[in-house]
Amino acid sequence: MTDLQDLYQELILDHGRKPRNFKALDNATRSAEGYNPLCGDKVKIYVEMDGDIVKDISFEGAGCAISTASASIMTETLKGKTRAQAEELFQTFHDLVTGQKAQLDAPELGKLAVFSGVSEFPIRVKCATLSWHTLRAALNGAAEVISTE
Amino acid sequence: MKATGGILASEQHTKELSFDPNIIKEDFPILKQLVHGKPLVYLDNAATSQKPSAVIDAMTHYYSTDNSNIHRGVHLLSERATQAYEEAREKVQRFINAAESKEIIFTRGTTEAINLVANSYGRANVNAGDEVLITAMEHHSNIVPWQILCQEKGARLRVAPINDDGELVLEEFEKLLNERTKLVSVVHVSNALGTINPIRAIVEVAHRHNVPVMIDGAQAAPHIKLDVRELDCDFYAFSGHKVYGPTGIGVLYGKANLLDAMPPYQGGGDMIATVTFEKTTYNTLPYKFEAGTPNIAGTIGLGAAIDYVNQIGLVRIDRYEHELLEYGTEALSQIPGLRLIGTAKEKAGVLSFILEGVHPHDIGTILDREGIAIRTGHHCAMPVMERFGIPATARASLAFYNAREEIDALVAGIHKVKEVFG
Repeated sequence: MTDLQDLYQELILDHGRKPRNFKALDNATRSAEGYNPLCGDKVKIYVEMDGDIVKDISFEGAGCAISTASASIMTETLKGKTRAQAEELFQTFHDLVTGQKAQLDAPELGKLAVFSGVSEFPIRVKCATLSWHTLRAALNGAAEVISTE
Repeated sequence: MKATGGILASEQHTKELSFDPNIIKEDFPILKQLVHGKPLVYLDNAATSQKPSAVIDAMTHYYSTDNSNIHRGVHLLSERATQAYEEAREKVQRFINAAESKEIIFTRGTTEAINLVANSYGRANVNAGDEVLITAMEHHSNIVPWQILCQEKGARLRVAPINDDGELVLEEFEKLLNERTKLVSVVHVSNALGTINPIRAIVEVAHRHNVPVMIDGAQAAPHIKLDVRELDCDFYAFSGHKVYGPTGIGVLYGKANLLDAMPPYQGGGDMIATVTFEKTTYNTLPYKFEAGTPNIAGTIGLGAAIDYVNQIGLVRIDRYEHELLEYGTEALSQIPGLRLIGTAKEKAGVLSFILEGVHPHDIGTILDREGIAIRTGHHCAMPVMERFGIPATARASLAFYNAREEIDALVAGIHKVKEVFG
């Protein structure tokens, strides 16, 4: 049960049940859609950029607890960050959930650190990173729906 | 077949006991393992079934003693391989009660069999303005080949609706048949819902309109005693790996007169009679549709699987699985917040469900840690999910080696899911 408790931490369950910034963004300057064909998870990320800064960010969609919580906590974390900071955070987050660095000491992750348990569930990595891949597509202005496959 | 001793005890004896899955389990080496420290509870049989030792051994034996190419060698090994391959064809013929063994075409699986019909029969007979009729409960593999065909030909794909229980609405199906309809293709047993379609009635209605019928039998062959002549369907497809055989081998049955008139699907070796650079004449049935060296070991494995299933008996299998399904339906229905998707009156061993407040993917992960293997997702039937307004389901699918205790384990696992999600 310990693996499961690591995966489904209270903060993840809370964000999975009550996602924050879960809405369309009227002033969005960019958006992109992501899709995980494995489980049918869909997410749409809206971003309002102010120059190089993420002024506002939100999401809509349907997904499992991990993907919903990941999108929710991502939007909370990225408000006010620059593009470069967002990209760096994605890298660090990716290292965290894929367990690529044995002991990841990255205080900048903040709440995102609750996803450390994902590394024990390789099949769920895509759930945790779907919103991030979609965000990257939104920031890079990719037109197509982003797929995890 | 007369059964003798052990699990194959007298009919009267088996009626009392019904069935002992724990004895049958002994035939399946893979089922004896622990997963995350718990005994494996394999409830993903609709995705693929496990293989008995008889199948594994038959394939090992072939590679160890008979391996060679078929239909052309003059040497002993080739003779043995050819014989084993053709014997498997006859086993399939008897398994589905086809009139002749040349009506049995080996393919990679159900998907390739449907593609064969779409490409060969479809391209020769479906033209601009024509229609192909399917149902709203089809697997993607019985949607996409027809979509491709219709797109190419400027034809129209029509879809007969299903009701809230996941049953085909036969009156609506009949209304969609007309003089433009060139083919009907329908699933026998729905992989996502478990619904058993009334194939006999469907074929009768379609034939009244002079429309041939193809049946996707991927989920039916492991559970229902098949008789293609009684069903009177024109084409029937199923996969080896869902009927306890290996992956990469499947069957297309077609009525000989239809297959004879159809152009080849793929060109290559084995499917020709003579070749010059000016003209090629094609081989006779079934070889016309078996270009290239086939999956010989897989075919022999499928033959062994059919022997194994026959030994236990599909009628007994069907009866036991139905008991298990009823037990499972009852047990799952008592879990608060759980909703079964697919509640047809005629149903095979599929328990598709959703749980309030928990995504199926999360259910799957938690059950996996309990050693329970189920499938979660859209089951390659996205239009079915859309019909029920859900993104996905969790699906437990049954086989005759599953025991009631495994249903109990599933129920306990679902309670654990609810615990985790509070």
